[in-house]
Formats: sequence, structure tokens, C-alpha cells
Amino acid sequence: MDTQDQHGRTAAPKTTAPRRPRGRLRIALAGGAAAFTLTAGLATPLNPAPQQAEAKAGDGKKVLTVAVAQSVDSLSPFLAQRLLSTSIHRLTYEYLTNYDAENNKAIPGFATSWKPSADKLTWTYTIRGDSKWSDGKQATADDAAWTFNKVMSKEGTATSNSNFVTNFKKVTAPSPTKLVIELKKPQATMAALDVPIVPKHVWEKVDDISKFNNDKMPVVGNGPFVLTDYKTDQYVKLKANKDFWRGTPKFDELVFKTYKDQDAAVSALRKGEVSFVAGQPALTPAQAASLKNEKNIKVNEGPGRRFFALATNPGARTLDGKKFGDGNPALLDKKVRQALFLSVDRKAIVDKVFQGHAVEGAGYIPPRFSDYAWKPSADQELTYDPKRAAKLLDEAGYKKNGDGKRVGKDGKPLDFRILCHATDPNDKAVGKYLKEWWGDLGIGLKVDCLDDVSVPWYAGEYDLAFDGWSVNPDPDFVLGIHTCAALPKKAKESAATDNFICDKKYDDLYAKQLAEYDPAKRADIVKQMESWLYDSGYMNVLAYPNAVEAYRTDQIKSITTMPKAAGNIYGQDGYWSWWSAVPAEGKSSSKDGSSTGVIIGIAAAAVVLVGGGALFALRRRSTAEDRE
Amino acid sequence: MTADSNPALLDTEGPLGPGADGDPAAAGLPSARGPRARDTRAYLLYVAGKIGGAVVSLFAVLVTSFFLFRLIPGDPVKQMTGGKRVSAEQLAAMRKEFGLDKSVMAQFLDYTGNVLTGDFGTSYQFHAPVMDKITEALPATLLLTGTAYVLYTLIGIWLGTRTAWRNGKLGDRFNTGLALTLYSVPSFWLGLLLIITFAVGIGPIPGMFPTGGLESGGETGIAYVLDVAHHMVLPVITLVAVGYAQTLLVMRSSLLDEMGSDYLTTARAKGLRDDLVRRRHAVPNALLPTVTLMFVNLGTVVAGAILVETVFSWPGLGGLFYSALSVPDLPLVQGLFFVFSTAVILMNTLADVIYPLLDPRVGR
Repeated sequence: MDTQDQHGRTAAPKTTAPRRPRGRLRIALAGGAAAFTLTAGLATPLNPAPQQAEAKAGDGKKVLTVAVAQSVDSLSPFLAQRLLSTSIHRLTYEYLTNYDAENNKAIPGFATSWKPSADKLTWTYTIRGDSKWSDGKQATADDAAWTFNKVMSKEGTATSNSNFVTNFKKVTAPSPTKLVIELKKPQATMAALDVPIVPKHVWEKVDDISKFNNDKMPVVGNGPFVLTDYKTDQYVKLKANKDFWRGTPKFDELVFKTYKDQDAAVSALRKGEVSFVAGQPALTPAQAASLKNEKNIKVNEGPGRRFFALATNPGARTLDGKKFGDGNPALLDKKVRQALFLSVDRKAIVDKVFQGHAVEGAGYIPPRFSDYAWKPSADQELTYDPKRAAKLLDEAGYKKNGDGKRVGKDGKPLDFRILCHATDPNDKAVGKYLKEWWGDLGIGLKVDCLDDVSVPWYAGEYDLAFDGWSVNPDPDFVLGIHTCAALPKKAKESAATDNFICDKKYDDLYAKQLAEYDPAKRADIVKQMESWLYDSGYMNVLAYPNAVEAYRTDQIKSITTMPKAAGNIYGQDGYWSWWSAVPAEGKSSSKDGSSTGVIIGIAAAAVVLVGGGALFALRRRSTAEDRE
Repeated sequence: MTADSNPALLDTEGPLGPGADGDPAAAGLPSARGPRARDTRAYLLYVAGKIGGAVVSLFAVLVTSFFLFRLIPGDPVKQMTGGKRVSAEQLAAMRKEFGLDKSVMAQFLDYTGNVLTGDFGTSYQFHAPVMDKITEALPATLLLTGTAYVLYTLIGIWLGTRTAWRNGKLGDRFNTGLALTLYSVPSFWLGLLLIITFAVGIGPIPGMFPTGGLESGGETGIAYVLDVAHHMVLPVITLVAVGYAQTLLVMRSSLLDEMGSDYLTTARAKGLRDDLVRRRHAVPNALLPTVTLMFVNLGTVVAGAILVETVFSWPGLGGLFYSALSVPDLPLVQGLFFVFSTAVILMNTLADVIYPLLDPRVGR
């Protein structure tokens, strides 16, 4: 007890005893009242937070909630770039064709059939007659023609989809069920035009397409779901389209809920607040492991559509052949590139870095796209073989010196830099292994981890880089980024190229596959391109990371993966997962937990309410005393 | 409250004001107008100086925000289209659309001109006016950080007073230690712990609160208000837990400074109760440094709490800033930076302007 307290007590001995506890009580009650304001939500039976995915008791609506990490950039199909936005467009608009969940082959969508003319330059699509816009109007070929023409006109539609139409000459709709596309050159990707078809009668009223975000709800569409509500960085709500030609989805509502933090999203799944969580692009091995033993949760692991690779800088150059950048000239020697790849243990990377959640890399296109996937033959394969690598380096003129370092004929040691994404832990981990493996060979390696690697990359100021792309069912795009045409016009300017590869043989094959309408023949040419890429040593595909995601089995009874046998759920090429998802019957286990929570909350709020009343009474008494 | 209990706080006219003993001004003599008018003039000059300083700071922010964020490496257009098929023509068209094809100086002149007319440009990633995105996210931030601000200020002042009054006792040591510990805890980590414990539930603790977001969606009226309150509990607790220590420590140390003062002994000698001495004499005088801190903190309310907003997926300015930086969405980053800085500058200026009214020694 300090002097002040004593002083106080002597000054007013009669009033001290009852006053001190009262002061404490008052403060406790004040704190309680503040807490009450915050916890008030608990006291309500309307408390709607948990179990959104569970059937709501009142209206019996089945809601499927998906945790997503991305923001929606735009709800306009002419502007959207991000996976979440384009996935929403897959669900709300029909595309001319869709991809079979079994085998990725093109199947009818908005068009029921399609065929090229004899000269391969005119494609005719038959448009289905049983597709209606959600405002009741019939969807016709005229809508498709209007959409394609709008993209081709480039009036503020430069952001999205215009790459599909660069080779288009003319698009017309001679009848409501007939769409005709004329081409400048033959194009094998005519059944893979991933362009959402919008309703002409709605969109032709838009003043400036480049500024219209399509966010007036509900949005008129003809896909399996209708977009009904959207709040930035909170949620996107879609309701099942009862008139969808392929059949109504089983869930009444689909909600994409934003979780900026992946661990928070996993917690929400564990609690049952969301039915599904996908990774960015995969759940971490730790998250997957922790969810695997949870009751009512299934961790789904499917072959990924991405490849994880090492790319070398083959000498940055512009479209007209002007060289720039500072790539190590030693890498212009194929033997050096191959030696580097012979000293990379892909199996160790899959086991140690990806902890088994990946498949060992080989060809450029992941095995999930079985038509185009390619594997090197036994004699072509560059397996882990440090001895052969050392021999190749010796042959290339980089012998070991007394210190165990590889030195070129000019006396310079063989040192490389590798660009790594600071945000990707896999890059960093593999970087450490490379340092060790290549160090054993006598090669120095500096791992440059940057938040944004695009600046040195486009400036050609790197020797090697961690590279990775998502591959579509049609491989045209990822093959196209290695053609000479993709090189930048000016030095350091960003362009469509991935890492400055430009080779005549590869380019000829690329042109040939694009003009080849026979699927088997085209696949054969694509594999020849992959074989060339592999031999060149420019691209070393280390692994195909798996798609690791999880969902609640007490909320989702069944769901279609793509490929159907063992594939992924989020970010499919069609709408199969959400369209096919079947709600689980019965009560979710986490529901009990939440009702206990609500009961406790009600009790806590009641205590605080009583306390609040007491506080009020005490305050009145206190002021009365002070007045005395 | 009587005037004598806290002359500094209440007598805004200062020692020369009409209430001061022996001042000729109290007698209402004409000559007394001189010093008062001089005081007012001095104060107005002081205020004008502060406002001028604020305007200069705002301009400096405008210039800095433009050039600073251009130092962020990366090509916004390339980032925006990352992972998607884009032709060189498309990239060029996007550069033109966003004015990125112009020289930096030309861009700067465009930018300053537009800002003066209240136009912060169009967000690259959302294809919407920057101000629309900011005004859309602002209420969520004000609600969250504003509530936390009120709570941590009150708790800080109250606990600071209590601990100082019982300086050196177990309660003081415990409270100061706890506050310092919580102050050093990373807010995102504490947020995650709260999510695991009170949102998901551990052992006998049931999951009582939502894991994130501002609302469940689809609620209206009272149900909506309660729903939002329910969503606010954990993020507010996180912000309060890591935030109250600062106020507590400032309040505690300034009250400790006051505790030996003669006026307190006098007050006690008059026979006043201990808690009256504390509440009516010591605390108001010790509040001055805390008031400064309160204004500084009030400025940061707008900037929100980037990490806490991210962990709890709160759709406020903090989360917006995070997503704008990751593109980088330059117009949005600049707009947000300007708004954040303006809030801090305004609040500091306000504190400067009000302070002489609270403590006449300042601004003379």
C-alpha cells in the first residue's frame, strides 16, 4: 500500500471501505459493457456465421462455400485476367466449346458441332437452340458473333481474350443457330476458343466497354450459375441456373468467400465455415498433413497443370536480332547446359522439397494432358549423372583447377546467377540443392531471390531462372512463348517470350502444328517440339507440382475432379466441379460446436447485460453520494 | 469539476486570463485588451504556421508518393496479365490505356493536375476509379480500427492510471509486464492464435466467432448489425491487445511525474478522498502527453491495420493496400498513400492547434 492510498484512507476513513471494491466493479462492468457491444452478435439466434455451406434450416437452401485468396479484378469478360474472375465467367457464360472432364477433348458447349471448310479457312459452328439467357431471352449465334466482333474491334477490350481472335478475318451469324468464322491462316485451336459469349441485348447498351465492370446484379448469363451478389474482397454469390441446358446444379447457391490468409482459410474449413479450400496454387505440405487426419475432411491431390522448371538464358535478343542483357556466354554451349541438368537430382527435389506432392519432371507438357505429354527415350534421357556432367564440362573446355573450381579457357571461373521468386519457398529450397550439386562439380552459383523477377528477366540480366507455367488443354500458348515471333521489339521491353529462345527448327514445327487439323498428327508435332526443347537444355522441367486442395465430406457428398479419375477441383477448364457437386445429407459435426458457442455467447451476453444494469445503478448512486 | 482542480486544462486564457488573481484584466480595464488581443494574434499566427506546414507536408507527400512508388521494381502491365496469354499488341494497348507509355515527367504532371481536381486515376487491377475503391473500403477500416482505438485508449488510460497509482506493487508490475509482452507480439500471429482458439475452437473451447470477413452476407437490419459485431470481436481484440500498451505506458509515466506534486498534497490536505484526488487533480494534468498520443493514433486509424486486416480478411484499406502493392497497382498505391498521409498530417495539425488551448505554455 503506498502513501497515497494511506493518505486517502485517513482522509476519508468512513467512505473508503465500500468505495474501493465499487471502483473495481465499475471498471470491470465498463469493460464488460464494451465487450458486450462486440459479442452482441453471439446473443442472437439469427447468428448466421458458421456453417454457411450447411443447408439453412429456414429455407432449406443448399449453399456451397469456396475459400479463395484472390481478389476479383473485374466481372467483365472483356477485362478479367485472374483465375477467380475467369472461373466465375466459366460458370456464368457459355463458351463455344467445353473440355471433357475425362480426357480434355473439346465437347459441345454453346455450339453443338463445328467443322472447317475444305481450304481450312472457314469454320462453321452450329449453335444450340435450348440455351436461354437468365432474363428469359433466347441465346443465339448473333450473341456469339457480336461478342467476337467486339473483341476483334479492340475498343477497350485489349485486356482479355484478344489473342484468340488475332487470326480472325470475319465473324458472322447467318442464322440464329449458325456462326461462321473466317480465318487469315489455318488455326488448329478453333475448338479451344475460351471466350465467354455475352448477351448482345444487354451489352450493346454499354457506353464504354473498357470501363464497364459488369457489376449490376443479377448479371444476365446462360451458364450453370447466375451471378447475384458481389462485394469487393468479401464474397461473390451465384445461384443455380434452373434453366441451364445441361441440367440444374445440385447446390442452390455457390459462394466464393475471400480469405487473404491461407491459414485462416484452412481454419475456416476445419470449422466448417467453408466447404472447400484450394491452395495458391497448392496447400502447403504442412497444411495438407494437418488436414489429412481431420474427421469429415478429404484432402484431394490431383496431378497439377503447372510445370516447375529451370530455364537458361540463351542470349537475350530483340525481334530484329539485336543482342542485349548479360547472360553468361558459357551457357551458349549446349554441353554446359546439359551438364548442369545432368547434375540435378529431380527425384530428390520431389521427395525433399515438394515432400512427395509432385511428380518428377520430363517433357514440357504435364502428364495430365496425356495427348501431348512426352517422355524422353532411355538414350535421350538426362538423368542424374554427375560423372557424365563432369565429362561434358571437361569436353566443353571447363576443367577443374587446383582449388576444385571449373575454369574456362580464358581463366575465368564458371559462376552462375539464378533468378528466384522470393515469394516461392520452393525456389529457395531448390536453390540450396543446386548450390550443393553444382558446387560439387566446381561451379559457383548465386541465388538471386527477388519479389519481382520480371525486371532482370526482361532485361536479359540473368544466367538461369526458376520458371513455371500453367498449361491449358490446348498447348498452343505455352509452345508459342518460345517462338522467335514472341521476342521483344525493343531491348528490355516486356514481350510474350518466356526466355528469349528463338530457333528455326522449333518455329517451323510450331507453325506446322498450328495448321494441322488432325489431332493425332498435331500431337505428334507437339511432341517433336518438346523433344527439341529437352535436348536443347534450355528448359529443364524439374517437377509437376500436384494440385493439393481439401473439402468437407459432411457438406459435399461428391464432386467431379478433372481428369475424372484423379484430378483437381479448383480452376478446372470446364465448370464440372461446381456444376456436379452433390450436397451431403444430414447434420454437420461442427454444427454442434457452433451451437455450444452460441449458447455460451448468449450466457456471456446475459451476464454482461445484468452487469450493465448494475453499473448504471451504481453510477447513479455514486453521483448522488458526490452531491451529498 | 471545479476550475481550481485543473487550471491548465480548463483556463484556456492562461495565467493572464480574467480568473487569475491580481490581473488588471480581471477588473475590466480598457488597457487590459492589449495583452489578450496579443495572445489571440499570437495563437492565430501559430495556427496559420501549423496549417502552412501541413500544406507543405501534403505537397511533399504528393511528390514523394509519385516517385517513391515508381522505384518499386516490376512492370505493372506484365504483373497484371501474369500467367495469361497476352500478345505484344495487347501489352502496348494496356500501356497506352494507363498512360505508362509516356515519360515519367509527363506522367507526373498528369498525376498532379488530376489530383488537384480530386482525381486519383483508375486502378489498374480493378478498372475502377481509385477514389471509389478507397471510399468503398474506408467504412470497414474506420469501423474496425475506430472501435479498437476507442477501446485501447480507454483501457490504456485507465490501466495506466491504476498502475501508476500503485507504482511498484504486484499489480503494477504484472500489468506493465503484460502490456509490454502483448505490445511486442506480432499482431498477425496473435490474430491466428485467436482464430485457432476462439473461431475454430480447441478442446473445451467451442468455436464462437467467424474466422474472417466483415459479414456473412445476405443479412439486413438488426441481424446485419449483430452479424458485423460478431465478425468484429476477434480482430478488435487483436488490435486492442497489441495497442493498449502504448497509451498505458505514456499515461503511467506522466502520472508518476505528477504524483510528487505539491498540489496533490494540498488537495489531500483539504480532506479530499484518494480517488477524487486521482480523478480530478492528478489525471487531468497527466493526460496531456496522452492526448498528443491519442491524436497521433487517431491519424493512423485511417491507415488501418494491414496485417490484422489481412489475417481476418477484413475488407478495409489495409487489405486494399496489400493487394495494390502486390501488383503494383500504382494509382491505387499512390491514392492510398496520400489518404493515409493526409490523415496523419491532419490529426497532427489538429493536435498542434488544440494543444495550446489545453496547455497555454505551448505556442507562445
